[in-house]
Formats: sequence, C-alpha cells, structure tokens
Amino acid sequence: MIKIKVLGSGCTNCKRLEATARKVVETLGIEAEIEKVTDYAEIMKYPIMATPGLVINEKLVSAGRIPSEAQIEAWLRE
Amino acid sequence: MDQSLSHPTKLPQLRIFTLLGLITVAWFTIYNLIQPLANWIAFGALHLTQGSHLGDAVAFFLYDVPKILLLLSGMIFLISILRTFFSAERTRALLGGKRQGIGNVLAAMLGIVTPFCSCSAVPLFIGFVESGIPLGVTFSFLIAAPTINEVAVVMLFGLFGWKVAGLYIVSGLVMAIIAGMVIGRLKLERFVEDFVWQMQSTGGVLDEKPTWTERIERAWDSVKEIVGKVWLYVIVGIAVGAVIHGYVPESALVGIMGKQAWWSVPAAVLLGVPLYSNAAGVIPIVSALMEKGASLGTVLAFMMSVVGLSLPEVIILRRVLKPQLIAVFIGTVALAIIITGYLFNLVL
Repeated sequence: MIKIKVLGSGCTNCKRLEATARKVVETLGIEAEIEKVTDYAEIMKYPIMATPGLVINEKLVSAGRIPSEAQIEAWLRE
Repeated sequence: MDQSLSHPTKLPQLRIFTLLGLITVAWFTIYNLIQPLANWIAFGALHLTQGSHLGDAVAFFLYDVPKILLLLSGMIFLISILRTFFSAERTRALLGGKRQGIGNVLAAMLGIVTPFCSCSAVPLFIGFVESGIPLGVTFSFLIAAPTINEVAVVMLFGLFGWKVAGLYIVSGLVMAIIAGMVIGRLKLERFVEDFVWQMQSTGGVLDEKPTWTERIERAWDSVKEIVGKVWLYVIVGIAVGAVIHGYVPESALVGIMGKQAWWSVPAAVLLGVPLYSNAAGVIPIVSALMEKGASLGTVLAFMMSVVGLSLPEVIILRRVLKPQLIAVFIGTVALAIIITGYLFNLVL
C-alpha cells in the first residue's frame, strides 16, 4: 500500500496536483492512499519551500510544480 | 513499458527542438502580419472609414488583441525557460549569509527570476527566515517577486514600449530594496508569529536538474496556465481601451489624472489594491487613459499597486506575520509606490 501526500494550502495548483495523482493511481490500478495536507506546521515538516508538494511513502519527490503523469507514474513504480 | 521515459533517448529531444524552431518561425510570421491584417479587416472588409471613431476603435482592437496574446505567449515561454534554472532553494542558498543592503539588492533581483506564486509565500517565508536570512532581505524578495510580474511587464512592453517597461522594472526593484531595508531597520522580528521560530529548519533540500526536454515542457505548461488565466481579461481590457481610444476626446483626463492633480497618485494606489490579478485587463485601459492626458507617474503607481499590494498575498502572509507587521508591510509598500509616482510625475 503506497501512501501519497499532497502538500498545499488549497491553491489551484494543489488541487490540480491531487487530481493528477488520483488519475495516475486509478490508471495503474494500484492500491494507494491519497492524503491532502493543508496545515502549514504539518507541511513544513517536509523539506519544502514551494507548494504544491508531492510526498510518496514519506519521501518528498517534487515541490513547487505539477509533475507530469508519466513522471508520477515512474515514481510510483519505484 | 515506458522505457523511453526512464531512459530518454536523443530522438524526442531532437523532435521537440524542431517543433520549437517551427513555432518560432510561425510566431514571427504571424506577428508581422497582424498590422496589415487588422487594417484590411477594419477598413477593407468592414468598410469602416480610416480616421472615424468606430474605424479607429475597431482597428486598434483587432491589432492589439492578437499582438498582446502573441507577445504574452512568447515572452512567458522564454521567462519560464529562464526560471527553470532558478528555484526557491537555490535563491535561499544565494542569499544565505548576505548582510542587509547587498542582501536586499540581491533578494529583489532574484525575486524577478525565481518561480513564485503567492500561494507559496508561507513556506518560502518560513524557509528563508529559518535559515537565518534577515527579515528585511526576505521582504525585499516578497515585494519584488509579485510586483515585477511577467504578465505586467510583457503588457507594459506591448502597449507602452520598452522604456516604460524598463522604468517599471527598475522602480519596482528600487522600491523592493528600500522597503525591505526600512522593514529590516525597524527590528520587527517579534511580530513574526511565534510558531515560525519554533520550527525545525528542514526547508528545501530538494534540488533537481531538469533536462532540456523537461524545461521546454514546463515552460509550455506555464504558458498554457498563465495565458489560459488572463486571455479574457486581455480581450475585455483592450475592448474598453479601444472605446476610450476612439471616443474619448484628447486631453480629457489632464485635469483628473494629469501631473497637476496632486491627489491622483494616492487615489491611483487606493484604486489599484482591489484590482489584484487583473493586471492583464487593467493595463490596456490605463494605456488608453494615458493617451488622453493621464501622467506616467500616476499610471506607474496604479500598476504597481494593482500587482504589488495584493490582498490574497497579504491574507496568506497573515498566517506567519502578526497584524502589526502586516500593517508595516502594507504601509511601507504603499508609501514607496506613492513616492515613485510623484517622482516620475516630477521628473518626466
């Protein structure tokens, strides 16, 4: 079971990243839990300086941008 | 599957550069065709009279809309490519250990090229302050980044020319540097919310080096995103501007928005605050107003207030700043904009 976290306070890009992540999980048909983290104290526990951030199994993989579906897929396969 | 993704070959890169070359050629061809085409539609196809109110307004609209949209797409693409070489992490590393003064200058300049969105202001603020960058230097960055914004600069360039766009960039930089230095001098650290100081400094260790294909893809994404967000404002703004251009008599506004009207600068700043994010729609209107006698200082002050004093950013920053510091921030920036406005009205 993969744990995915989307870090961001609710800006447009954070919502888009969440939607993209959900889409990739669905297409791959893997079991994953997607959590939205909106609390700054919680967000800042990750080494991040720009939102939205993407965390896969507690590892920050991207920050400040929306990665492509192919990119997210590659991370999930790791 | 997806071998090509994990091991990028030379082929897609070649393809994307070829595509880019073709788009560049098409861009320049279309750009040079806009003027004759706009005139042909307005005066040829629609049989409007050259020099008439309606004819001028229609030709102005048909010329400016495609020109500005093309300029926006092209310039945002180039700026976005440049920005892939910068990141908040790198900027923070560059600013680390810099003193007041030189730090403020550097922070303001990095504010132009570092990718920034006001929704990221909080993690960025915490990341900067936590790593020991002085408060004033952090503010120089936070003032410059939204003020010298790509949409505003490109539209000023397209509608007023490079001199006004350049003046805008320079005065935005000077304003961010001075306002940041003032805030630094006031020793306001106690007005930063306490939880910020208690945070563990882990901010921003992610450092990636994108390939050229990725840089181009990201730049293209941001063109789609930004132009998709502003195109309607651009069209509406230019339409209103075209009506003013065609119908409002010359120098009608000298009395209200000219140099003699001392109150026009503060009024422009006040008016600009609620218009945030509509820079795209506001600039064409302002450009038409200037033709009719509004003065450059007033216009620049208005522009800076529209983008620099943004309500959403202030609301977001309230999470990390106590009300006193928010008030100082707004006050200093507003004052700096007003001084800039008067200065330009005086000099030009």
